[in-house]
Amino acid sequence: MQFGIFTVSDVTTDPTNGTTPTEHERIKALVAIAKKAEEVGLDVFALGEHHNPPFVSSSPTTMLGYIAAQTEKLILSTSTTLITTNDPVKIAEDYAMLQHLADGRVDVMMGRGNTGPVYPWFGKDIRDGIELAIENYALLHRLWREDFVDWQGKFRTPLQGFQSTPRPLDGVPPFVWHGSIRSPEIAEQAAYYGDGFFANNIFWPKEHYMRLIGYYRQRFEHYGHGTAAQAIVGLGGQAFMAKNSQDAVDQFRPYFNEAPVYGHGPSLEDFTEQTPLTVGSPQQVIDKYASMREYFGDYQRQLFLMDHAGLPLKTVLEQLDILGEEVVPVLRKEFAVNRPADVPEGPTHAALVEAAAAKVEVSK
Amino acid sequence: MTKRIAVITAGLSQPSSTRLLADRLVAAVQRRLVEKGVDVEFEVHELRDTAQDVTNNLLTGFANAKLDAVIQSVTTADGLIAVTPIFTTSYSGLFKSFIDVIDPQALADMPVLIGATGGSERHSLALDYAMRPLFTYLHANTVPTGVYAASSDWGNGADAATSSLPERIERAAGELAALVETSDRSSRIIDPFALPAGFSPVGGFGAQ
Repeated sequence: MQFGIFTVSDVTTDPTNGTTPTEHERIKALVAIAKKAEEVGLDVFALGEHHNPPFVSSSPTTMLGYIAAQTEKLILSTSTTLITTNDPVKIAEDYAMLQHLADGRVDVMMGRGNTGPVYPWFGKDIRDGIELAIENYALLHRLWREDFVDWQGKFRTPLQGFQSTPRPLDGVPPFVWHGSIRSPEIAEQAAYYGDGFFANNIFWPKEHYMRLIGYYRQRFEHYGHGTAAQAIVGLGGQAFMAKNSQDAVDQFRPYFNEAPVYGHGPSLEDFTEQTPLTVGSPQQVIDKYASMREYFGDYQRQLFLMDHAGLPLKTVLEQLDILGEEVVPVLRKEFAVNRPADVPEGPTHAALVEAAAAKVEVSK
Repeated sequence: MTKRIAVITAGLSQPSSTRLLADRLVAAVQRRLVEKGVDVEFEVHELRDTAQDVTNNLLTGFANAKLDAVIQSVTTADGLIAVTPIFTTSYSGLFKSFIDVIDPQALADMPVLIGATGGSERHSLALDYAMRPLFTYLHANTVPTGVYAASSDWGNGADAATSSLPERIERAAGELAALVETSDRSSRIIDPFALPAGFSPVGGFGAQ
């Protein structure tokens, strides 16, 4: 089981004092947050990709490469990489390069992006979102597995004898997750390839994601990658903690009330009841997230959103201390209890290399 | 099998003339169906009771359990009676907000009776230039007669040359009852994971 954090890289005014970080400050803060994640023993740092303010992360591999150079163990991932508006050839190249530089500590989460104008800015149409995600990934999948690719599709200029370089490290492509909020097509795609499926899980009631993940697990088995229980599932989560739970509520409420996604809507109390957001003591967060496997089955990766809505860097780093030192160690133990031996661990490059070697052995 | 008709009424005051019109429409439709030997039950939803929940849904993108129950009741019914007050030339903001949080495909082929209330009979055409196009866009099956009730209609009626409110209610009720009688919407099984026809996880043209 892997634990980590994911960020959308928003530049948001701190509602408690009206200060807004500069883009430079926010970019440097993201690096500090990633390094802190490694320091407190988390496994994964995942970075979003956006091409519009108030977000600063337009160039994820640049930032992840910089972080790779300053970390030793942290797996670097995305949340998400835009499979719709990026050229799949460039994704193949960028992430293979990052994979080499990070000695394999890289995986990628594909997403479509839901901001209408971004599509035309990159010459695409949001109404083709699903079709783009399907076709572009089909090409990316081949570019990482076949040395020379002849290809023709609907959205991209054709390729004849194209070789994407560098080739994936040890001949094993980065592990891929597919993220989706509601589209069965994307769950189907993840199941078809035997890739991971990530449910953002933070903005809506868990019942919705339970149905979607249930569908993905069923289809994973249908396509012959293993049993439904062996499908590779990741979940998002969100927490704010203080030793005393009322202090956590008092500190977080002004950020909640003004948050770009749910501010001015339901009360903090209603929202924490309806969604996985947990505001309270570390023990409350442990209890909430330890129960997730009862709803979703044993899974592989839990990511927390910790640094949005204008929370200052100092607060975020304190939250990561609590998460890494008090919450995750307990969750690791809880998740290990009665976990069936045939349920895969979270994907790593080493495990993928081993699996590839075993496959070659079998086919000999 | 018992038919199920959902009723949404967007009146804001208590008591509300919009609810009063809805109740009259319900009674008339029930009478017509009973005459045909069709069992029917009605689920009446005052949108005022979910006004906060509708606003929260607009902001967060999800319906809480209370609102979701109303949406399910409406979208899986055999027929719908939708009544709104006319505010500033059109359906009320609450009525439209409720429609906006429903999946736009979810009312396809729904038999609908539209009704509206207003202070003056001069707004009666709002039924035909606002309500009717709204349900047409949603591919609902709206009956030809819409029922508008101005304040004066609750007395003798403002205009002796037009049919009275009870007559309009009866005509509209007969039209809705005929459609509900053959509707199978409430017994349909909806697959939320149905993939579009022809979908392939590797794409179509050239992607093999």
